[in-house]
Amino acid sequence: MKEQFIEKFKEVVEVESVELTLETNFRELEEWDSLAGLSIIAMIDEEYDVVLEGSEFKNQNTIGDLINAIQSKIDGKA
Amino acid sequence: MAYLEIKDYKIKGISAAVPAEEIDNSKLTLLGSEVEIQRFLENTNIHKRHVVGNSGLTTSDLCEQAASKLLKEAGVDPKEIEVLIFVTQTPDYLLPSTAIILQHKLGLSKDVVAIQISLGCSGWVFGMSTALTYMSAMKSLKGLVLVGDTVTMTKSPFDKSTFPLFGDAGTATLLERAEGEVGFKFHLGNDGSGYESIIIEDGGYRNPVSPKSFVLEEKSNGVVRNKLQSYLNGEAVFIFGITRAPSSIKLLMEKYSLTAESVDYLILHQANKMMNDKIAKKTGFTTEKVPYSLQSFGNTSSASIPLTIITQIPNISICRKSHIACGFGVGLSWGSVYFETDELIVPDLIIVK
Repeated sequence: MKEQFIEKFKEVVEVESVELTLETNFRELEEWDSLAGLSIIAMIDEEYDVVLEGSEFKNQNTIGDLINAIQSKIDGKA
Repeated sequence: MAYLEIKDYKIKGISAAVPAEEIDNSKLTLLGSEVEIQRFLENTNIHKRHVVGNSGLTTSDLCEQAASKLLKEAGVDPKEIEVLIFVTQTPDYLLPSTAIILQHKLGLSKDVVAIQISLGCSGWVFGMSTALTYMSAMKSLKGLVLVGDTVTMTKSPFDKSTFPLFGDAGTATLLERAEGEVGFKFHLGNDGSGYESIIIEDGGYRNPVSPKSFVLEEKSNGVVRNKLQSYLNGEAVFIFGITRAPSSIKLLMEKYSLTAESVDYLILHQANKMMNDKIAKKTGFTTEKVPYSLQSFGNTSSASIPLTIITQIPNISICRKSHIACGFGVGLSWGSVYFETDELIVPDLIIVK
């Protein structure tokens, strides 16, 4: 899931400036803005059938945080 | 669960009025660089919108023109109207209710039930349910639902997170008793815990106007507003929109055994393209069944559903069509309605100078 998520993330936010890792703080990316935030929420919903609440999303800063949040939502559903 | 069904009524006609002044977002430097402008246009699909600007026009002016033309073309005497619902968050005055002023301006009978409702993007659906509930209880023959906002007046022109999204419009929907018609089926909902997602903080009685209300604050780059201008939490509203709207539409379809195949059109409140595409996809409607008006008018608050019906659906005044309309937004509030139209009276869009 990690690699697939990073690929999707790059595609949606159109990240070209840096390599993304689990530790990347996506909020500090040159390409990051509010529209990118909405695109990521939409992508997560589309790919993983999970909608992160506004308060959950606000507290996440790294790619790894996002993956963990998605995973725990998927586990919660099971 | 708030489900509501009202039979034996139909929409006789719908009209709309927009101010003449147009803003072209592709030339709006507030949005930033050329690249940023293109990105905004791609994601929202909001290219142009009509604004009242300095014209002095109010929502009630736009609705009055829409209503007068509709009544005339439908051959209905204003005195026949027994229920008048006016939905807006941009009334003429804090008091009295603008609905009552409209009773006089439109030349309606003094016996009319005139009520103003404070709702935004879900307003047409709630306004219709209120009008129909009264009409049904009164066995009333004719009613008017006037819906709209001069929503750009509530936004800071220096706030790129709100100003480029919105347009102004006023609409009129004429309802008529029609024995044997399928009528209307509603699902309605609200969540007050999200009241801060879209809010004008000052100017009511919680935070009365003070000199501080007028101080422009820079929240971030390109986001400058004062406390009398609306804040919009884009992330929270987006998440709300892509969950609540599809769930409301699905609840309505389940309750009344409707399917995306059997209904001709899904008319969504016009928020932005990214959000609406997502909602449409989640409900199973194919793209040709989901019309958009936001490319020409932006997000027109409560006016968006009637404005979309009359400007985007071909042959609406000739053929019978079935629709589900869904409004969602400020409150937070949401509602969906199923109805059918047949030979709808649709006057040409009024452009008010």
